[in-house]
Amino acid sequence: MIVGGIDIITLTATLMGASTPVLLAATGELVAEKSGVLNLGVEGMMIMGAVAGFAAAVATGSPVLGFLMGAIAGALLATLFAFLTQKLLSNQVATGLALTLFGLGLSALIGKGYEGVRPPPTAKIDFGPLSDIPVLGRILFSHDWIVYLSLILVAVVWYVLRSTRAGLILRAVGESHDAAHALGYRVVAVRFAALAFGGALAGLGGAYLSLVRVPQWTEGMTAGAGWIALAIVVFASWRPWRVLLGAYLFGGITALQLQLQAAGYAIPVHILSMAPYVITIVVLVILSAIHRHGVQAAPASLGKSFHASS
Amino acid sequence: MTELLKIDGLTKAYPGVVANDGVGFSVRPGEVHALLGENGAGKSTLVKMIYGLVKPDSGTMHFAGQSFAPADPRAARAAGVAMVFQHFSLFEALNVAENVALGMENPPPMRQLAKRIREISTAYGLPLDPARLVGDLSAGERQRVEIVRCLLQDPKLLIMDEPTSVLTPQEVEILFHTLRKLSAEGTAILYISHKLEEIRTLCEGATILRAGKVVASCNPREKTARELAELMVGAELKVTDRAERKLGDVVLKVSGLSLAPLSQFGPSLKDLSLELRAGEVLGIGGVAGNGQEELLATLSGERPSALGTVSLMGEDISGLGPNPRRAKGLLAAPEERLGHAAVPAMSLTENAILTGTMRKPLTRNGFVDQGAAKTFADEIIQAFDVRTPGSHVAARALSGGNLQKYVIGREVLQNPAVLVVNQPTWGVDAAAAASIRQALLDLAAKGAAVIAISQDLDELMEISDRFSALNEGRLSASRPTQGLTIEEIGMMLGGAHGMQEAAV
Repeated sequence: MIVGGIDIITLTATLMGASTPVLLAATGELVAEKSGVLNLGVEGMMIMGAVAGFAAAVATGSPVLGFLMGAIAGALLATLFAFLTQKLLSNQVATGLALTLFGLGLSALIGKGYEGVRPPPTAKIDFGPLSDIPVLGRILFSHDWIVYLSLILVAVVWYVLRSTRAGLILRAVGESHDAAHALGYRVVAVRFAALAFGGALAGLGGAYLSLVRVPQWTEGMTAGAGWIALAIVVFASWRPWRVLLGAYLFGGITALQLQLQAAGYAIPVHILSMAPYVITIVVLVILSAIHRHGVQAAPASLGKSFHASS
Repeated sequence: MTELLKIDGLTKAYPGVVANDGVGFSVRPGEVHALLGENGAGKSTLVKMIYGLVKPDSGTMHFAGQSFAPADPRAARAAGVAMVFQHFSLFEALNVAENVALGMENPPPMRQLAKRIREISTAYGLPLDPARLVGDLSAGERQRVEIVRCLLQDPKLLIMDEPTSVLTPQEVEILFHTLRKLSAEGTAILYISHKLEEIRTLCEGATILRAGKVVASCNPREKTARELAELMVGAELKVTDRAERKLGDVVLKVSGLSLAPLSQFGPSLKDLSLELRAGEVLGIGGVAGNGQEELLATLSGERPSALGTVSLMGEDISGLGPNPRRAKGLLAAPEERLGHAAVPAMSLTENAILTGTMRKPLTRNGFVDQGAAKTFADEIIQAFDVRTPGSHVAARALSGGNLQKYVIGREVLQNPAVLVVNQPTWGVDAAAAASIRQALLDLAAKGAAVIAISQDLDELMEISDRFSALNEGRLSASRPTQGLTIEEIGMMLGGAHGMQEAAV
């Protein structure tokens, strides 16, 4: 199916892979923000995940260990953020920005020896005859396990936040830490856990970039994906399925603009490269603007420091 | 009868202050026991220790015959202690059932919980819809959520921290029915309040705290409200001196004023009208969250309204901001002392400059005249008996009552033509409250017009000439306070907001 020089099926199939890093990071950040903490260090955690995952995969030859290491690196960086903001009560915005700068710098240092190295390949899952189904097979059953994991994670996060007691407590902490504390919930512990989870997903997203998407290590390779993840969480009104929509929109336009470039359209390349960022934000802004009136989307305690004084 | 809760020698000290000093008292099953005291007497610290939020330094507690030292609120809840908080421990963006579930140890599945909430809330005359967002509920309904949350756990002891401060008189009556019903079923109630008449109607025993110590235990029904008040304060109370005043011309006229909500769950103002004469005090009563903040914000000029809606001495000021209004003589003192009326980290002198430059010569050629500002600040401190080491002290270092005196004094000393105050004595001890009320009356006696917005109906009856009720953003027609009964006021405040009495 080719329309205007663009193969729609290939485009849809690549869309899912292209979206996965941003989807993972945004899902993690959604959980962290639902607990009431604004972590602007997503970009830093992603790139640390990218370099740590890459290094581990190259050293062991196992991409699975690489992904695991990427998640651990992201979680570690998030835990550092949690310690600074939750225990030492540092400013969340400043600490998050510092975390991004720190991650970019440290990853460049660690990654010096890995430039030009090829990582071990990550196999696509073999669905057997399923992937031979016309159209759908290419689109749905031709991906590696991280793509499916990221979709499962969105569903799990949605279900846990909506329907479980753990999710209720997490939302309660994000809504009013004082009230949650008065009821005897451990605000700081909940936030540590949420941040670590968010960091792990950001790290995993970074590792997917360096191990599957590109696949190689280059300095600053996240190229703003972490910031897009942050924007997606806000404009998706902190709802998991809208995060999925935002991430796939971003990934889709990224894939589309690459194909448009390849198809030789006479659109300046800068405009094409800019398009995913601009269009994703515009669409999500419109979505959040026509949001049901009266329901506050942002967790009420987002970005506020909690100190159990009484 | 054996005691349900017995407390001996409980002591808790914070840096610089002993909140509780050897406090001891006991509560029998089914007893409604009052804990009385002024702000800062240590009532809240005491119940927080019983509820496991604060650990005592020394002393013992016994609950139902067993030694009791809850490590956290969960332990206290497990033992059978439940608490309704003064500042609600509710989550606005969550629904009623979710809020209830958060306060329970082992909540049943949501559908079952919703059913039980309906059952319990109807049985006690506190109807609630489990699916509604708490942010959309009135203050009275929010309190029902808290109470139902407690009742679902079959508590042996229910602690209520200032439960009636947000209720209309009719709602108070219904609450008392519920509490009496609970007490008849054997639940002990520890009732914290400083509203003495309420305590005299409801409670069988009372423990009075002053400066962290128990100063008296008594049966409140055998004492007059005045005797109780003097036990609380430890001194004789001054009666406000309300001189006859002559009313002048209309100075402030508001007509057809509407305003969009300030915050997401806030009310909007709907078609407000009022007239205020020189020398008059207009009391505006109402349960919190019915538009008080919005009214103050629009009168002070923080939120200018549509043209032609507010006029001061015949001149339309609807579109003006706070400073032009100050220049014309309309001043305001908002409810929130720290962060709205005063900047916490700035000194008293700097805070005086913030509102004082329009009417006092505190600047010269655009530069702040530090000397004049300091003189003005010192003048306020002197005239309003603000207890502070000096005008260089940061606003946040002052106690609530002292800062309130300072904030009110700052406006009063600028000789306003119209002064709008919101909750002028909220959280202020009785002596300071009396002096603030006196200052407002003195100001009116000098010919200024005063709008006092307050939730304390006794206060409004004491100082105002006319009374209006603010209910869901609408202002009732005003009525002279003289001869107004508490029932009539209750009806003006919107009655019982759809509550029904408990089926006894």
